[in-house]
Amino acid sequence: MKLIFAKNLEKTYSTGEIDVTAITSADFSIDSSSFVSFVGPSGSGKSTLLNMIGCLDRPSGGKLRVLDTDVTTLDRKRGAAFRAKHIGFIFQDFNLIPVLTVFENIEYPLIMVQKWSAEKRRKRVNEMLEAVDMTDQAYKLPSELSGGQKQRVAIARALATHAKLILADEPTANLDHATAYRIINLMKQMRDEFGSTFIFSTHDPKIMEAAEIIYTLEDGVVNLTKGENP
Amino acid sequence: MMRILAIALRNLMRYRRRTLLTTLLITIGVVAVLLFIAVSSSFKSMMIGQITDSMLGHLQIHKKGYVSSIDNLPLHLNMPPKMVDKVSEALAEIDEVEAWSPRVKLGAMFSNFTETTNIRLNGVDPVRESRVSPDLSKRFISGGGDVLVEKGRILVPELIAKGMKVKVGDPVVLVANNKDGSVNGMNFVVQGLLEGISGPGGRDGYIHLDDARTLLRMDDHEVSEIAIRLKGLDHIETAQRQLKASIGILKNKKGKPAFEIHPWEKLSPFSNIAKMIDLMTLFIKIMLVSIVLISVMNVMIMAVYERIREIGTIAAMGTSPGSIRSLFIAEGFLLGLLGAVIGVILSLSLVAVFRYAGISFDFGRQKGLLLQPEIALGDVALAAVMVIIVAILASLQPAWKASCMDPIDALRHV
Repeated sequence: MKLIFAKNLEKTYSTGEIDVTAITSADFSIDSSSFVSFVGPSGSGKSTLLNMIGCLDRPSGGKLRVLDTDVTTLDRKRGAAFRAKHIGFIFQDFNLIPVLTVFENIEYPLIMVQKWSAEKRRKRVNEMLEAVDMTDQAYKLPSELSGGQKQRVAIARALATHAKLILADEPTANLDHATAYRIINLMKQMRDEFGSTFIFSTHDPKIMEAAEIIYTLEDGVVNLTKGENP
Repeated sequence: MMRILAIALRNLMRYRRRTLLTTLLITIGVVAVLLFIAVSSSFKSMMIGQITDSMLGHLQIHKKGYVSSIDNLPLHLNMPPKMVDKVSEALAEIDEVEAWSPRVKLGAMFSNFTETTNIRLNGVDPVRESRVSPDLSKRFISGGGDVLVEKGRILVPELIAKGMKVKVGDPVVLVANNKDGSVNGMNFVVQGLLEGISGPGGRDGYIHLDDARTLLRMDDHEVSEIAIRLKGLDHIETAQRQLKASIGILKNKKGKPAFEIHPWEKLSPFSNIAKMIDLMTLFIKIMLVSIVLISVMNVMIMAVYERIREIGTIAAMGTSPGSIRSLFIAEGFLLGLLGAVIGVILSLSLVAVFRYAGISFDFGRQKGLLLQPEIALGDVALAAVMVIIVAILASLQPAWKASCMDPIDALRHV
């Protein structure tokens, strides 16, 4: 089943009198449960592409369907609701909420976004803590964790809502190579366990090797360089 | 909702010093306002009580034109018995009236057989006057008795007693002109000395109503004024309205209103001081609102600015703009609540201490008045609710700004 379908996707930014093209006529599609990487140098348009798929940004042209929904037409409120229901995010800087413990950070989207019952929440958070091997750190604050541990928590938080699509923008950029590799393997393991589709951006060649499908971006042009376009 | 409040509380605790300072500022504001209200309203109540319960009563009825000439104590503007009867009938119909007392007011020469001075006197029925002015008997600094003022006796104001060197039991002579201009004199014995209080009538003497009529050689039972005590200060408006409807419509021979009805405020200059106190209370409240508004708004603007990336993160996760707004409004609410609760506890404790210790002060010629401040729970609740509402209002703009942030811009913020 096609989870994402993009046709002639374009994104242009206006900066004063100059228009900057970030994505040019991109055609691609991604199946569910895939493990996909967008690779390319800084400024190649990776983050822009992820933001459009994640309904954080709207394309300037073309078609973009995510989970059978034309996300180009979603307004701010509906976009937020769509993200809340279907999409999880993992950030380069982890972006955990500093005043909440590990447990509460994972619980946050279940309270604030999806309004789960207390019992259901507790069960799900414990399940996610176990999945990312952070059960013994549950009541620590983010400031007490290492970079790798923080990213594990971020992965657990992204998956807690049963998100079908996880978008990770440079998730390993702030980690040492060994930790980065472990995080990528953890993401793959989570994909296998929960069936979610993982799309991540990176410019680290060793990390991109772990991806099953690779799209390379250069000057806004998207090319499939590994795997098959479904 | 509880979860949002819990997260908001933790966010406030993240910046402990800032939260503490803001709470302290709100607390100081609340304490200042509540203490001011406690002291000023107690002072106001004390003075109004003194004026109404020992002198004026709550309402007074005179013949039309009497009050404008009251300094001259015009005997020709006394009410004849027929008018008094009409007033008596009208007052009997009003439930709010607790008691009323007829008074004959006059000016006289007061002599101790060696010196002479002027004195303003009230001729009163001791039983009825005691019911209208229950605190009059508390003004005795010496003398007194079971009956407020007996026939042939006089209550002398403190200042005249001092000046004329008279004491309880001394014989004195009163000489007065009647309304035809003829002079009459009568011997009296000093029954008591009265403490002088602020306001009109605060330094008047008292004799028995029958003695006043004899001294003035009144053929009829004329009355200068009728003082009325109501069941409470808050009944003044209702009673006044009913009186206007019954005797206020009666006309004299010239076709003009026969009576004038005045509440105590119109007869005492203290009502202006009371109004000034109310105005100052209002300004103090406005200052409190400003303190809370500026301090909470400042903190919330800083909070939003410092947490832009965090706002971007929760927005990207799908947190609705409404929930983001709620988070910041909850922080403002908690700041207000915290300041209000601490301020109220501190204020009530201080009011209790001042009440126990008492505040001694002088007012006009009254020395060593002892004020025991107290505060109505309604005032406390109003101040606390006002602080909380203003704190919420102050956080609305920053909360709105946070909820309108574009997640991408917020996530990129450094």
